[in-house]
Amino acid sequence: MSEYTESIREIAKRLLETCSVEMIIGFRKGTVPMMNEPHVIRNARDTGDLVWDSNCGINLANYLTDRKENIGILAKGCDSRNIVTHILENKIKREQLVIIGVPCKGMIDKRKITRMFNGEILEVLEDNGQILIRGNGFDTRLDKADVLQENCALCTHRNPVIYDELAAELVGEQEDIDRYEDVRKLEAMTTEEKWAYFDDLLKECIRCYACKNACPLCYCPTCFVDESKPQWVGKSQDAIDIRTFHFLRAFHCAGRCTDCGACQRACPVGINMRVFTKKLEKDCLDLFDWEAGMSLESRPPLDVYRPDDPDKFIK
Amino acid sequence: MPIVKFEKQNWETGLNKLRRAYRLCGPVEDKGFHYFKDLGEAELPDFGCLNTRLSAKGIVYPQSEDMFEYSLDETLDDHHVMKDVQKDYSPRIVLGIRPCDAKAVKLVKLNFDTADYKDPYWLRAWEATTFVGLACDNPCSACFCTTAGCGPYHEEGLDVLLVDNDDHYMARVLTEKGIRFIETAGWDTTGVDGASLIEERRAAAEAKIVSHVSTDRLRGADTMTLHAAGIWEDISFSCINCGTCTFVCPTCWCFDIQDEVHGKQGKRTRNWDSCMFPIFTVHTTGHNPRGSQLQRVRQRFMHKLKYFVDKYDQGIMCVGCGRCVSQCPVNIDIRRVCELMNDLPAPDACAAQE
Repeated sequence: MSEYTESIREIAKRLLETCSVEMIIGFRKGTVPMMNEPHVIRNARDTGDLVWDSNCGINLANYLTDRKENIGILAKGCDSRNIVTHILENKIKREQLVIIGVPCKGMIDKRKITRMFNGEILEVLEDNGQILIRGNGFDTRLDKADVLQENCALCTHRNPVIYDELAAELVGEQEDIDRYEDVRKLEAMTTEEKWAYFDDLLKECIRCYACKNACPLCYCPTCFVDESKPQWVGKSQDAIDIRTFHFLRAFHCAGRCTDCGACQRACPVGINMRVFTKKLEKDCLDLFDWEAGMSLESRPPLDVYRPDDPDKFIK
Repeated sequence: MPIVKFEKQNWETGLNKLRRAYRLCGPVEDKGFHYFKDLGEAELPDFGCLNTRLSAKGIVYPQSEDMFEYSLDETLDDHHVMKDVQKDYSPRIVLGIRPCDAKAVKLVKLNFDTADYKDPYWLRAWEATTFVGLACDNPCSACFCTTAGCGPYHEEGLDVLLVDNDDHYMARVLTEKGIRFIETAGWDTTGVDGASLIEERRAAAEAKIVSHVSTDRLRGADTMTLHAAGIWEDISFSCINCGTCTFVCPTCWCFDIQDEVHGKQGKRTRNWDSCMFPIFTVHTTGHNPRGSQLQRVRQRFMHKLKYFVDKYDQGIMCVGCGRCVSQCPVNIDIRRVCELMNDLPAPDACAAQE
């Protein structure tokens, strides 16, 4: 996808030069392998700093919350769906945005790649569907398809659902994807098995909150974990408090999560907390035939009442 | 201090002798990454690890540490009386701590051991611990220790520095604690001539450090000029205000004290805190003097690279371990920030140009 970079720079330059926007939110090249940094450009002469490749996994919709400027923003499929969610939830206005759609071919999983090699990885480049990896004692090529982030491998909305400009031709969507194999496995577990699974899943959590802070859905002025009157959750490394945080965070994302994977990507200890949000995503699909962020025309299931609601208690 | 030598084939036997007198702690691997833990019976530290994901800070300064416990049950005579929590301060050895993490312990001590305040928990844990370092022959590409007042063979904060040399270890014994470590393990305490070998190895390891920072102008820089500089919006834009950088940092020492009551039983705990969290500075009035992301990011870098430098005159509050560089979810890089801060012209220079 690095071939998108030139076209992104041209579009950004034009939008800034014509005063269509005050700023462009995109990525600049990272300082370590497999990382790029979310970045804002305010001057047309700086647009050469913008880059695009398979390391742009952070969701840029997170940087729109409550902004007042007119903004040009790069948006892959998942970012665009979170932009829709942001607009529906009044966190940004559609007319403030020029959305530069980036048809996405998936982001690579830096942790998976790191685990594949014994020595340190020094440089990662990409070339036509292949990932070139150079490190201490190795120099090799991998098929990008084998090292995608899991959420990207299972993605069925690679193209932006809403855009004003396009950085490249739309890409074909992946079909016949079974998105919920992991959730079904979890659902089939006994209570004891689930408890043991969650225990192991969360045991490394250091409560840095990178997951919630990388998430565009988590924009509350004060998160429940920071409330002190009342204090909903303890702040120590107590396992119950850690679970409480993760479970509650996930429930707050019900019907809103696009499985962009920013939470798991951001986690410094690599916890796959997406299993929680995916369960809720599957429930929303099964119960309400709902996928988050697909259209500005329909309200999310948890903020509307429908006479055909599948739950009896609400009728 | 003497240099001793022992064969690797005697390593396990030595550790087993040490286990009788000490608790052992060292790096082990889980799911592809390393972390420090108390070693179980017959468990060995994994010296193949480049560095641990979290620093060794938590060994002396756990992320959550109970200080007091109390009862609110008024039928008891000692209700509402804070009592010390009983903890294990028996002798302990950290095996394979990297020189960066050991130097960091020394920097953290500046905060917990002052003329006015002596933190009993931190100090007792520190006094009970023998730090056995492992020299770093394969520093990572994000390491910049040699320009952060440290280095792959740095000795500050260590009791012993081990150098891996084929079938044996050379050990530079640095303190009384270090001598006891070698003696208890039953290894030969006769000094050997290893100084030139260690020196050669040190030079070779330092030459492998590819990443550097410039810090020479930080102390002379005007604090308010740095504070008001135009660099902070660009630096802070991507920050998501998580605590990753501060929690993986071996030198970040801030904590928060919490009381937790379950039924009528309470405990007072201190937990690592992070200046990146919005709640870190919230006043009881609700006012937050560091309410914006820019202010918080600026605070972290100003503390490490300016306020600390000025207050203690011991260099920067960073040992160049590179953890925050490689683990920041959005790639905010302290090396870049340090260059930007160091490159800001001093106000005198601006005045001279006018």
